[in-house]
Amino acid sequence: MDYSQFLVMKQEIGLLVVFLLVFLYDTFMSKRALNSLQGVSIIFFGLLTVCGFCCACPTATETAFAGMYVTSPVIACIKNILNVGVLIVLVQSINWNNSEAQVVRRGEFLELVLVTLFGMYLMISARHFLLFIIGLEAASLPLAALVAFEKNKYESHEAAIKYILTAVFSSAIFMMGLSYVYMLCGSLYFGEIAAQVATQQVSVLLIVALAFVVAGVGFKLSLVPFHLWTADVYQGAPTSVTSYLSVISKGSAAFAFLVILTQVFGAVYSQVWEWMLYALIILTITVGNLFALRQTNMKRFLAFSSISQAGYIMLGIVGNNAMGMASLMFYILVYIFSNLAAFGVIQSIENATGKLDMTDYRGLYKSNPKLSFVMMLAMFSLAGIPPFAGFFSKFFIFAGALSGPTSIALYVLVLIALINTIISLYYYLLVVKAMFLSNDEPVIPTFKSACSERIGMWVTVAGIVCLGIVSCFYNEILTICQQYGLLGGLA
Amino acid sequence: MEIKLLYYLVPSLIMFCCGLYGFLTRKNMIAMLISLELMLNAVDINFTVINRYIFPDSKEGMIFTLFAIAIAAAETALAIAIIINLYRVTKKVETDEASQLKG
Repeated sequence: MDYSQFLVMKQEIGLLVVFLLVFLYDTFMSKRALNSLQGVSIIFFGLLTVCGFCCACPTATETAFAGMYVTSPVIACIKNILNVGVLIVLVQSINWNNSEAQVVRRGEFLELVLVTLFGMYLMISARHFLLFIIGLEAASLPLAALVAFEKNKYESHEAAIKYILTAVFSSAIFMMGLSYVYMLCGSLYFGEIAAQVATQQVSVLLIVALAFVVAGVGFKLSLVPFHLWTADVYQGAPTSVTSYLSVISKGSAAFAFLVILTQVFGAVYSQVWEWMLYALIILTITVGNLFALRQTNMKRFLAFSSISQAGYIMLGIVGNNAMGMASLMFYILVYIFSNLAAFGVIQSIENATGKLDMTDYRGLYKSNPKLSFVMMLAMFSLAGIPPFAGFFSKFFIFAGALSGPTSIALYVLVLIALINTIISLYYYLLVVKAMFLSNDEPVIPTFKSACSERIGMWVTVAGIVCLGIVSCFYNEILTICQQYGLLGGLA
Repeated sequence: MEIKLLYYLVPSLIMFCCGLYGFLTRKNMIAMLISLELMLNAVDINFTVINRYIFPDSKEGMIFTLFAIAIAAAETALAIAIIINLYRVTKKVETDEASQLKG
């Protein structure tokens, strides 16, 4: 065996090194040195992120392990986007992770986060379903442990049990679908399956298998009708974990979904899964929006908002070309910044006062003007109001959906998505209204948020303001996507 | 007498559906976990027999099964750990006891 092919997996190896360093630091350093554990891990991880941008980037499509693993500039780019998100999550969680109840297990939090990220890397890079399954499980099992992290809180356990049962259920369904795909194609390589699917007649078995596979990944991405776990898990999990779940886990699953649908089953797009995808998108956006309208808990509210955002992310797949993929990646990037800004505020308020209800946010502007300003920007960006980044990402995702061959049905789909943007504006503005226009006495007293939380908020606000206006980000992603084909190398 | 492929696939499908039914109807979390195991084992059977009967030249399905067994074991261990945690708080393992989060 040629061991030099491990060098192709530069980012994975870098992440493993960071993980080992954090683990060794956590195990062997003195109690006093452990106070800076999270700071040290953020420095290590920040170095990895910077390296990902400058030196570890592959210049062409490279494969390893007989084509099971592939990396290309496009794949490195999505991994870098995830890295940035994880870095912000880690910075935001310092205060919570160093709190008294948390202090005995703060190392585990970091390690589990890094391991899940490793799983997501594998999921994105896999070109063989065995590696994909391993990545998927490595990404979802430690997450269940993370959801159950606040051991003294009942809600955390309930959320964890709901998460683990649905995760196992969905992976069982996914693997059942895979076994039928294997029966049809005789291989588990993405490339070989794609070749077989393109030549064979469309059979009932293929449709069943594809439906199973879509259901399995749909659970991870919380598409309607596979979304039922989302709100409960988001509400019960610790807020840092919720923010991680809602952006990083969702972003990587969206990209993996794109890879599977376009690379493996791309040949039967118009015959089999075009209408399936349309129905999923319309249902996801609409149901997510309608349920978000009646939420009062902030975390549940953002859970349903993230369900409908997942529907918008799916629109990038419809285009089925380089522009669609670029818009999907840009949407994930912007969504990471906007959602993390909202979660940063929620977390800061929760750490200071323990309040999570939307009614508690009434009159927040009077007591904490800066926090309410950040929250307002996040809501505007999530709703897609110009000139913030959310507007541009929504614009590009609609443009990406319509960039391929168009039909009446596609226009109707985009129109429905547009109408839903207006519905979503209503509930995002409810939060803004509660903070700014309510005449009640503020429920939350004036407080000073921790330094790390303020850094996190500054970074996310900078992202919300700059990502849209400074056009080089989108251009860069689009250039990479166009240059290296749809996904960089069918095996 | 040779046993045909179908004699394996149909029982495994029935097993899968039993697991599905059990997962959706059972109220006890341990029973739900057992149902999940049934579903995962049905997948394992499928992969091995498909490999053995249709594609005997390669070993892909067998290897997949080995990994799937390991993954299923990890999943069960984690789920049991979380159920035990929940049991410490509520003293029950029924799903009705774990239904406070809603809205």
